[in-house]
Amino acid sequence: MPYSRSIIREGEVKYVKKYLLQRLLQTIVVLVGITLIVFIILHLTGDPTHLLLPLEATKEEITLFRHQMGFDKPLYAQYLHFLKGVIHGDFGQSLRHGQPALYLVVERLPATIELTVAALAIALAIAIPVGILSAVKPNTSTDHIGMIVALMGQSMPIYWSGLMLILLLTVKLNLLPAFGRSGLHSLIMPAISLGFFSMARIVRVTRSSMISVLGKDFIRTAKAKGLTNYRVIVLHAFKNAAIPIITLVGMELGTLLGGAVITETIFAWPGVGRLAIQAIYNRDFPVVQAAVFTLAVIFVLINLLVDILYTYLDPRVRYG
Amino acid sequence: MSDTITSINASKKIFHSLWSNKRGLIGCVTVLAVMVIAITAPLISPFDPLKQDLSLRLKPPGCKGSSGTHWLGTDHLGRDVASRIIYGARISLIISLSAVIIASILGITIGLITGYFRGKIDTIFMRLADIQLAFPFILLIIAVVAVLGANIRNIIVVFGITGWVVYARIVRSEVLSLREREFITAAKALGGSNFRIIFLHLFPNVGASCIVIATLEIARMILMEAALSFLGLGIQPPTPSWGGLLADGRDYLFTSWWFATFPGMAIMLTILGVNMMGDWLRDFLI
Repeated sequence: MPYSRSIIREGEVKYVKKYLLQRLLQTIVVLVGITLIVFIILHLTGDPTHLLLPLEATKEEITLFRHQMGFDKPLYAQYLHFLKGVIHGDFGQSLRHGQPALYLVVERLPATIELTVAALAIALAIAIPVGILSAVKPNTSTDHIGMIVALMGQSMPIYWSGLMLILLLTVKLNLLPAFGRSGLHSLIMPAISLGFFSMARIVRVTRSSMISVLGKDFIRTAKAKGLTNYRVIVLHAFKNAAIPIITLVGMELGTLLGGAVITETIFAWPGVGRLAIQAIYNRDFPVVQAAVFTLAVIFVLINLLVDILYTYLDPRVRYG
Repeated sequence: MSDTITSINASKKIFHSLWSNKRGLIGCVTVLAVMVIAITAPLISPFDPLKQDLSLRLKPPGCKGSSGTHWLGTDHLGRDVASRIIYGARISLIISLSAVIIASILGITIGLITGYFRGKIDTIFMRLADIQLAFPFILLIIAVVAVLGANIRNIIVVFGITGWVVYARIVRSEVLSLREREFITAAKALGGSNFRIIFLHLFPNVGASCIVIATLEIARMILMEAALSFLGLGIQPPTPSWGGLLADGRDYLFTSWWFATFPGMAIMLTILGVNMMGDWLRDFLI
């Protein structure tokens, strides 16, 4: 049976260790690469002084500023200084709030995580049943409806579905608050509008993955043995189909983190995304760097976790 | 003679395929309609999208103006919403098509080279892909555009340069399996240069996937451009762009619902059409 009990046997342990070590090293390389990109973004136009100082700054102020921030040193020296700061969690002071940039980011992280998790939960709660139903009854009206829902979800940009939800539920029906974070009520609309987009992709992958698993021989065996439909579909088919779905969910978390930026702006949700956008408007680049770096790191770690989970779930991966 | 027959056969095949796949047909028609609208914008637009008329601010759909009816209402400066949507289509299409061309050329070339030669160059580019994909994409674009300045040229360049990854990955995996096939071995045995093999033999075989990817990428880029403009970091006013229209409409959501609804609908219908067309293309070509 393709799905075996999840015991990692003796001989596999060594291989799994080697694979995980490889992935860990890869992750570190990627993290260093992220610091490089975050650093480069600020220096894309050469000297970032003009980005950070007002236009009327005098020559003396410019020179002083450049010296204080270290912009007059060679580029690689600046990068090393930056890298050292990153390792200690020091991204500099926010130019606007006067507080450490990373502190501001971390302060708002729980809000973003709450939004992202809620959105994912909604997406999964809708997508998986719809996907399974579509796969179990392919090419029927159930399937077509499911696919149309998925198609619409994929075509509706977050900024529009968010605004339409506000229009309907706040303006016309006065049911839910449109702005800010004030309890479960205020979470519903942002989470729905953020999750809708991901839902579409998850539905598609669930459907195609289930269809391919349902066509396999061992499903026929299970049915022939007389197992109930529920046992066949949920316990046998879905567990095998779940693997590509889990991979997708890992990738979707990255998309969700990015989408959270827009959702937080529309609903004035006090998360990292909104902080990043405001920081960009305010030219507060230490905060921008801290925010971009934090979100990227979270995403990379999630991917690493997904890969580890993958190894645990799919015994075939362990054999290489 | 045989060329004509082949092309007639191809058109027949396309026609039959579209006819049997109604969703694909709707998708293609929608995309065609959007392109026609964008190209003929000066001809079909009922008003000048930049002309303000402060006496007609925020009028609902169907209201009569001095030189015609505002079928979709007016915005906060009295400009006709319908005309701005029509001209906005131009921006969306110009940006997305240009960016897709740049990204696909880059991505396909990288995919072909890394898949064929493998080794160090393969590792470098795949690591680069991992690093780039580690970012919440939109944040990366926003940060870059904020630093470089928000105008059409920068947006196209940034979208194009960062969009290579999808093409490269898929082309690379296809090349990895194709390079073991007999026709490649035969070409090598006949003394074909690497360049020849890559571009004359491998490339035509990955073309189909690339077209499908490109179609879906166009949709994604339209969405991203609108997102940027919505956040105020894309096309700057008064140039009409769909995202910018949504941003303006957002401020008046509580009083003038049409302002934000119609541009969003335009985006959604366009994306829907492109996605449907992409799905059909995938079934047809692969």
